[in-house]
Amino acid sequence: MTATSAVSTLDQVMERWEPVIGLEVHGQLLTQSKMFCGCSADYIGSPPNSNTCPVCLGLPGVLPVMNRVAVEYTVRSALALNCEIPERSKFDRKNYFYPDLPKGYQISQWDMPLSLNGHLTFTVDGAEVRCGITRVHLEEDTGTLQHAGDILQQARSSVVDLNRAGVPLMEIVGEPDLRTPAQAREYLVRLRQILVYIGVNDGNLEQGSFRCDANISLRKHGETGLGVKVEVKNMNSFRAVHRALEYEIVRQGRLLDQGQTIAQETRGWVEAKGATISQRSKEYAHDYRYFPEPDLPPLHLNAEFVDRVRAALPELPQQLAERLQRENGLSAYDAATVTAEREDARAFESLVAAGVPAKAAANWLMGEVARLARESRTPLPGSGLGLEGLASLIKLVEAGTINGSTAKELLEELYLAGGDPAAVVEERGLGQVSDQAELERLVDAVLAENPAAVADFQGGKEQALQRLVGGVMKATRGRADARVVTGLLRDRLAP
Amino acid sequence: MTLARDQVTHVAMLARLGLSDEEVERYRQQLDAILSHVDRLQQVDTSQVGETAQVGGLVNAWREDVRGECLPAEKALANAPKRRGDHFEVGAIQE
Repeated sequence: MTATSAVSTLDQVMERWEPVIGLEVHGQLLTQSKMFCGCSADYIGSPPNSNTCPVCLGLPGVLPVMNRVAVEYTVRSALALNCEIPERSKFDRKNYFYPDLPKGYQISQWDMPLSLNGHLTFTVDGAEVRCGITRVHLEEDTGTLQHAGDILQQARSSVVDLNRAGVPLMEIVGEPDLRTPAQAREYLVRLRQILVYIGVNDGNLEQGSFRCDANISLRKHGETGLGVKVEVKNMNSFRAVHRALEYEIVRQGRLLDQGQTIAQETRGWVEAKGATISQRSKEYAHDYRYFPEPDLPPLHLNAEFVDRVRAALPELPQQLAERLQRENGLSAYDAATVTAEREDARAFESLVAAGVPAKAAANWLMGEVARLARESRTPLPGSGLGLEGLASLIKLVEAGTINGSTAKELLEELYLAGGDPAAVVEERGLGQVSDQAELERLVDAVLAENPAAVADFQGGKEQALQRLVGGVMKATRGRADARVVTGLLRDRLAP
Repeated sequence: MTLARDQVTHVAMLARLGLSDEEVERYRQQLDAILSHVDRLQQVDTSQVGETAQVGGLVNAWREDVRGECLPAEKALANAPKRRGDHFEVGAIQE
C-alpha cells in the first residue's frame, strides 16, 4: 500500500491490476410483430399503451405463441457468432415483481438456450482478440417506466408504458475474456456491425434497441481466479462503455490498493457526472425461481432447419472487407472504413457495379458524401442525388470532364436538390478546358501579365509557379486540370 | 423434510405477501406437507426416463410473423387500479 494509491491513475492501476471484463448485450429483433403476440414490434413513437393486447398486458387466461422469425433471427445471429445450436431448447419463466412486466415474470431461456459456445474475433492495436460467447438466447423485452418529477428521490409515483413489453429480445452473453476498455468497445462495435449486417437488429444504442451491461473485476496480473465483480448498467453509447469501464478500473483499483474489498453490486453509469453510482435495488441477491414455461412447447430445431438458416446467412462484414481488398484492390484501411456501416458497403458496391473505380468510390463515399450525409442528416440513398447521380458525378471526374473542385461544388449543390450532374455540367459549361490550344493561349496570357512571377521562378523561386498556376485556374474559372496547367507552364518556362 | 420459518418468510417476500406469525406457521406446515409429497415422488426410479417439462408432444408450436390488432389504449387501461393520462400509474420505483 502506498500513500499515493488513493489517487492512482488508470495507467498506474493497470500496471498493478488486470481488469477482467465480460459483456452482456441485449438486441431487439427486427421482426414485424412481438415475441408472443401480434402487436407491432415497432413501438417507437406510438402513443403510450396503444401497442398492447391481452397477451403482452398479461391479462388472465391468455396464451403466448412464439414468433417463428424471432427464433430464426436468433439462430442466424448465433451462427454468425460461431455458436452451436443444440437440437432441443425451451423457454422458462424468470419470476420477479416489477411493473415493467405485468405478468410477474419474463419469458426467457435458462438452462436450454437456443445456442451455446461461440466466439467473436477482432483486432485491437494490431493484436487479435478472441472473446468467447457463452450463449445467445431469446426472451421478451419489458415495458418502460417513467418517474414523475425531476428528482427521482422525491417522485411519489411512476408511470408505465407497455408498448415495448413483449418485443423479441436476444441476449448475447460474452465470456469474461476482455482485458481493456478498448477491447470491450471494439467487441461491441464488431458485434453491433454483425447484427446490423445480418438484418436482425438496427444497432441503435441511443434508443436502446442495442444495449450493453458490463461485468468487471480486477485481479493481480498472472492470477487465474476472478475477483469480486461489479455489474455496470446505463451505458448508451460506445464512448459511455469505454468511460464507465475506465472509471470502474480506477475506482476498484484504488480500493484494492488501500486493502479494501469490492462490494458485489450493480452500479449505474451517470454520464453527466462521469461516474458509476451504486444502485441500491440489488442489496439482496435476485431469486428468480426459473421454471419451464408451461404455456410454450419446447423447440426442436433439426439439422435441416439450422442448415437452411446457415445457407441464408448474408456475407459478414469481415468477409466483405476481405473480399473488397481481394477483388477491388482496396487497402485494409479503406476496406474496413467502407464496410463499417452496411449502407456504405452497399453504396460502394453499387458504385463499383456502375463502373466507378473502387478507390474513387471509397474516397468519395468516406469523404465528401459522408460529410454531407452527416450535416444534412440524410443518407445517400435517400438524398436527391442518390447513388445513380453520385456514380455519374464521379465518372465525370474520372473521365476528366470536370475537375475535383467543380465536382465537390456540384455534389454540395445537388446532394439534396437532386439533378443529373452531366446535364448540369453541359448546361453551365462547367466542363474542364481540355482544348490544348485554348489552354496554351491562356498560359501565354498569364505569363505575359505576370513578369515578376516569371522572373522569380526563373531566379529559382519554385513557389512562384503556384502563383502562375493560380492565374490560369482563375482565367478558366477553375475548370482546368491543375496538373496539365503546371506541365504547360513548366514547358514554357524551361530555359 | 422440515421447512424452516425463514424459508417461508423469504418466499412470502418474493411473492410480496405480508404474513402474520400465525400465518407463517400455518403455511410452513402446508408447504412442508407438499414438499414431503414431492420427496416421496423422488423415490421413483426415473433413470430411464428423459427429463421433460411437457407431455403434450408438441414441438415448434410457432406462428408466422404477422401483425394483428392491438387494443385501443382506453381498453388497455380500462381495469388499471390507477392511471395518469394514458399511462398506468404505480408507486414510485427507485432504481
